[in-house]
Amino acid sequence: MIEGFVALYIFMLAAFTGYEVISKVPVILHTPLMSGSNFIHGIVLVGAMVALGHAHTGLEQLVGFVGVLLAAGNVVGGFIVTERMLDMFKASGKGGK
Amino acid sequence: MNFVIQAAYFVAAILFIVGLKQMSSPVGARRGILWAGAGMLVAVLVTFFSPDIHGVGNYLLMFLAIGIGGGLAWWSGKRVAMTDMPQMIALYNGMGGGAAAAIAAVELIRYEPMSADVQAIAVVGALIGTMAFSGSLIAFAKLQGLLKGTVRYPQQQMVNLAVFGITVLFGAIIALSGTDYAGILLFLFFALALAFGVLMTLPIGGADMPVVISLYNALTGLAVGFEGFVLGNPAMMIAGIVVGAAGSLLTQLMAKAMNRSIRNVLFSNFGGGSAG
Repeated sequence: MIEGFVALYIFMLAAFTGYEVISKVPVILHTPLMSGSNFIHGIVLVGAMVALGHAHTGLEQLVGFVGVLLAAGNVVGGFIVTERMLDMFKASGKGGK
Repeated sequence: MNFVIQAAYFVAAILFIVGLKQMSSPVGARRGILWAGAGMLVAVLVTFFSPDIHGVGNYLLMFLAIGIGGGLAWWSGKRVAMTDMPQMIALYNGMGGGAAAAIAAVELIRYEPMSADVQAIAVVGALIGTMAFSGSLIAFAKLQGLLKGTVRYPQQQMVNLAVFGITVLFGAIIALSGTDYAGILLFLFFALALAFGVLMTLPIGGADMPVVISLYNALTGLAVGFEGFVLGNPAMMIAGIVVGAAGSLLTQLMAKAMNRSIRNVLFSNFGGGSAG
């Protein structure tokens, strides 16, 4: 378990990383980047799987099931949409030049 | 096995950050999503072998849920027109927020003692995830044309503030009462958080929606990071908070590109006088 100040340090460093990593994004990439980061927080699927995996009662299983279902949608949908968008971006970039 | 899982999460976190970095430049954008996708695949695959997951029934439910959720998303993502992309991002983002809220809900209805800080973070993540869920769904409905026009009525901001205040109050009671909170209170907390997401998004016009979706994207990231803390999962913590921070910056950049301030977007009908 990650606790106390260690967790706080992780939060702080991750926040600065997120901020720095995209600080020079051009306007044309705003929407694809939003979609890409949407895909990345699909990692919630991992947590939803664990939550469902240690469910005991029917209610826990139901909520966990919904969680995994939603998270899987986030991952798969996020990837497909981002990939399609960036695909078009590359094709049109080539065509223009 | 535990070492392999932790190592895989570590690699996934690196791939996410590198992928995000690449996605912010035109040259590497396509490579970026593939890197992030590889990280996701590694993280999800090793999680099937997590020692925290037990019960054949749970495994069956898991495969079923992944099949249904992933299948529907695959189908909808492939056939949607390019012009309809923003609302699909909103939809998938809302699903992520809902998943974060579901994790919090499972942990809270287990009624197992948690340390006070973990319980508080679980509740905060639940609040953020739930409102990102319902708010994103409203954003989706608006852009999809299922919900037309903006809904405005007198004292709207006051009503929203009141709903938010009561939600936070309920959340605080749940967070501070150990395992003594009533089930009905938990239910009301989630219901109110859902309602707040709806109420907050209803008055916002369609033109401002991309900025709002980006904001909810950042909020979902934050909720995922918080629930990662609750589950003790570093990959979720890092990916969630990185997206939370990147999404916040991106929201500001998008608002600036549209010559709007975020305050203007969210509270544009405040007093009715401010020109957009």
